[in-house]
Amino acid sequence: MATVKFTSALERFFPGIKEIHTNGNSLREILAEVEAGYPRVCSYLLDEQGSVRGHVNIFIDGSIINDRDGLSDPLSKDSEIYIIQALSGG
Amino acid sequence: MIPTLLLGTRKGFISYRYNNNRWEVENLSFEGVPVSIAYEDSRSGTWWAALDHGHWGVKLHRSKDRGKTWEELTAPAYPQGEEVKDGMKAVTRYIWAVANGGKSFPSRMWLGTDPGGLFVSDDGGDHFNLVKSLWDHPSRKPYWMGGGRDLPGIHSVVVDPRDDNHVYVGISCAGVFETNDSGSTWEVRNKGLWADFLPDPQTDIGHDPHILVAAPTDPDILWQQNHCGIFRSTDGARNWQDISQPGGPARFGFALAIADDDASQAWVCPANSDTTRTAIKGALCVCRTDDGGKNWKTLTKGLPQENCFDIVYRHALAGSGDALAFGTTTGNLFFSPDRGEHWQTLNNYLPMVYSVQFAH
Repeated sequence: MATVKFTSALERFFPGIKEIHTNGNSLREILAEVEAGYPRVCSYLLDEQGSVRGHVNIFIDGSIINDRDGLSDPLSKDSEIYIIQALSGG
Repeated sequence: MIPTLLLGTRKGFISYRYNNNRWEVENLSFEGVPVSIAYEDSRSGTWWAALDHGHWGVKLHRSKDRGKTWEELTAPAYPQGEEVKDGMKAVTRYIWAVANGGKSFPSRMWLGTDPGGLFVSDDGGDHFNLVKSLWDHPSRKPYWMGGGRDLPGIHSVVVDPRDDNHVYVGISCAGVFETNDSGSTWEVRNKGLWADFLPDPQTDIGHDPHILVAAPTDPDILWQQNHCGIFRSTDGARNWQDISQPGGPARFGFALAIADDDASQAWVCPANSDTTRTAIKGALCVCRTDDGGKNWKTLTKGLPQENCFDIVYRHALAGSGDALAFGTTTGNLFFSPDRGEHWQTLNNYLPMVYSVQFAH
């Protein structure tokens, strides 16, 4: 099962959010499972057209994803997916 | 004066309450989060917070208990496939205007957004839908452009209290648009405006009204602080007259407030022209006209008159009865109990102030 880990910054909006294990075969499927567990969380990660927000980064097995619009980056059933915030602002 | 001030700031939603002849902070919500608009729906007392998370996108919250608890709503979202221009997907980048739909439509709310979409809810804000008639206006893609923000934005929604189907919007940059049928059809209302940043300053579309306001006592009288001066209409926006102060400070700025009881009295917060966007000669002033813009009086008592860089954003000046308040880009908050004749400092240490509203 793939593992999804989240930046602790999301705890402010989704108290208790913690890593989850999913059976999704694609990043989009996995995010759908995340949304089922934490309703509205995908609106924090993706814009309404389905693209990763500009200051959100998603890593699969240590590599930042390339396809921020289509979410088609390959993954395996044992992948580790990190969802983090970009370092920005002030 | 109604006794609450709502502030949208770069670091949160702040409310002040007037008690025993002094203003005190009542509530701080969303600490650290930019709040583009803090708004009270005067019909119900519901508070609204439009958030501009740097990381997580635009969010919308409402509170029915004066900020003790907040409910997150579904933020306005552009339908799949909508584009700002060819090849650029439309996503909500900023909520720049919040307005209630008037007494005839007690559940209606309007939102103006960057990149130029107007949204309406008829269920109290649970769901917002893009007003397609304006979004699909044939002028939008070829002629609307950024002004103040990178992409076009709707910063003003003015609902006529005599007829809640009658609404004006102010768009930077496009100008003023009017609907008489709750948004089904739209007319351009820019006649008499001046846009010196365009090849044709008298163009039909492309103007930059920084803020658009209607007089409560006569909604056919509208005022706008425009990028190119201060303009006033006495015929429901069909014709605009330049009422900027010849040779004086009342010309460039962002904010404008009209008296509750006098359609000829209004205030602006002048700034240096768009080249520097700072306080004029390092000094802060408010200008008031009592005669519809024929004459302007510069008001400075109690305001900093040296080493000052403050300017006032378009939603950050408000009035209620004899009272006025404004917040600045450098985090100062000022209050006048007497229509601007004298000013008191409420706070020198706020974050940048985006919006100020008197509330109940």
